[in-house]
Amino acid sequence: MAVLVIADRDGDTVRDTTHKTVTAALALSGDVDVLVLGEGSKAAADAAAKIKGVRKVLQADSPALGHQLAEAVAATVVALAPGYDAILSPATTDGKNFMPRIAAALDVAPISDIIEVVSADTFVRPIYAGNALETVQSSDGKKVITVRPTAFTAAEEGGSATVEAAKVVDAGRSAGFVSEEMVKSDRPELGAARIVVSGGRALGSAEEFHAVMDPLADKLGAAVGASRAAVDAGYAPNDYQVGQTGKVVAPALYIAIGISGAIQHLAGMKDSKIIVAINKDPDAPIFQVADFGLVADYKVAIPELMTALG
Amino acid sequence: MKVLVPVKRVIDYNVKARVKSDQTGVDLANVKMSMNPFDEIAVEEAVRLRDGKDHHAAGTATEIVVVSIGVTQAQETIRTALAMGADRGILIQSDADLEPLAVAKLLKAVVEEEKPDLILMGKQSIDGDNNAVGQMLAALLDWPQATFAGKLVIADGTATVTREVDGGLQTLAAKLPAVVTVDLRLNTPRYASLPNIMKAKKKEIAMKAVADYGVDVADRLKVLKVTEPPKRSAGITVADAAELVSKLKTAGVL
Repeated sequence: MAVLVIADRDGDTVRDTTHKTVTAALALSGDVDVLVLGEGSKAAADAAAKIKGVRKVLQADSPALGHQLAEAVAATVVALAPGYDAILSPATTDGKNFMPRIAAALDVAPISDIIEVVSADTFVRPIYAGNALETVQSSDGKKVITVRPTAFTAAEEGGSATVEAAKVVDAGRSAGFVSEEMVKSDRPELGAARIVVSGGRALGSAEEFHAVMDPLADKLGAAVGASRAAVDAGYAPNDYQVGQTGKVVAPALYIAIGISGAIQHLAGMKDSKIIVAINKDPDAPIFQVADFGLVADYKVAIPELMTALG
Repeated sequence: MKVLVPVKRVIDYNVKARVKSDQTGVDLANVKMSMNPFDEIAVEEAVRLRDGKDHHAAGTATEIVVVSIGVTQAQETIRTALAMGADRGILIQSDADLEPLAVAKLLKAVVEEEKPDLILMGKQSIDGDNNAVGQMLAALLDWPQATFAGKLVIADGTATVTREVDGGLQTLAAKLPAVVTVDLRLNTPRYASLPNIMKAKKKEIAMKAVADYGVDVADRLKVLKVTEPPKRSAGITVADAAELVSKLKTAGVL
């Protein structure tokens, strides 16, 4: 049995979501190949070849694959599918976009967002915003799976796989790329950060959100997240959102500031190693999942925290 | 432009799902059910496309057809969409909870009958959380797809969609017909007014059966068990920031 992992490319390298998906793939089979897509992706393919346990890397080099658009990715992956028993991708917005398209083209039921590989055909995945876990067994000959990266450890570096060119297949009717607006930040990426500080609606305005959260994040070397309420209110951009409908994070330390702890937020951070809640409402549900709770107004607590951190 | 909006009846957004003690699923007996919140956003956008709201010119959409696949009570979900402003409904009755692949196949058959120019639908349902049907339907139809829409502009037979993606926003243009799945921030759905609720009672809902469409809806996945996630328990309350920092240092995370 052979498994194909679709890499999460980041310019000249691949994100560690790729390494985590390789770990899930290695639980299925020892024969794991990685597909790197996009124009000028040689350096990224070489980076993927260094992941331990990878058999070979396929590089599909084409401008049509530049933005990982679903129609183009699906056409190329479907053509490679006969050589594989399972196709895996991290459950990023790209993976969530193209994997079901691949599954339908192969007449396969996709298995979304798995958090555990039980056996080669049985997987665990969260449903109902993480309020239940479903163990499913697939009867499809081929499996199409997205992997929740925070649920798996990253495969180590130290491999030396070969890199081969993959055939790029033209897609049929496709959406075309117009533009993108990516948030630039020197801070670690939310999904990969060791420490995440998250702000809620209590912060009251976009100015206050940044005035409070940014210095704290910089002091801790942390990524900044936000609750859905803070994002909906316009205090933080949408890609800051931590929760079932936003990003799912599992850092070593998660600090929730002025966040009440709605079910949908908890679903996005409850697998963090240590959770800290700072909220002036002692009855806020966030305290029920926090390892350390500080009942205080953030206006008092955060300056004191900054001082205590030195 | 004719718009097809698939909607699903799911556990209400504000109700906490409880796992059955025999681990066969989530207990839905006597639980409040509602339209999937993402689908409500899709219905709202379709109505705005027809009536002219935000940047949409009135008449951009000319007819809005709502389709649901589910139990008889899913008629209520369709009525909600009709009360919001959709024109007519189709219910494909099924007591079985069909998988996304089967749903996509049934919707494809509906598309072949109805011939819509745009399919607007929620990006995922809040029960199964698969986030798959829109993409699968687009694949089966060989139509372009634009998922996770935070903004939609229709002009000259093209849907220009700003998508909410990891790291920011991405804008795509898809020639119609196309499938667009919607994200939370596209709009805020309206509450239906009483006169519109009354009017919706007179709108047509066509009742169909899965068998009418002659597609294979067999399950591919067998649910072996449904369990509760491991619970986190509350920890300790600290007195101040200084104590917090010292605890975090002891825990080895600072």
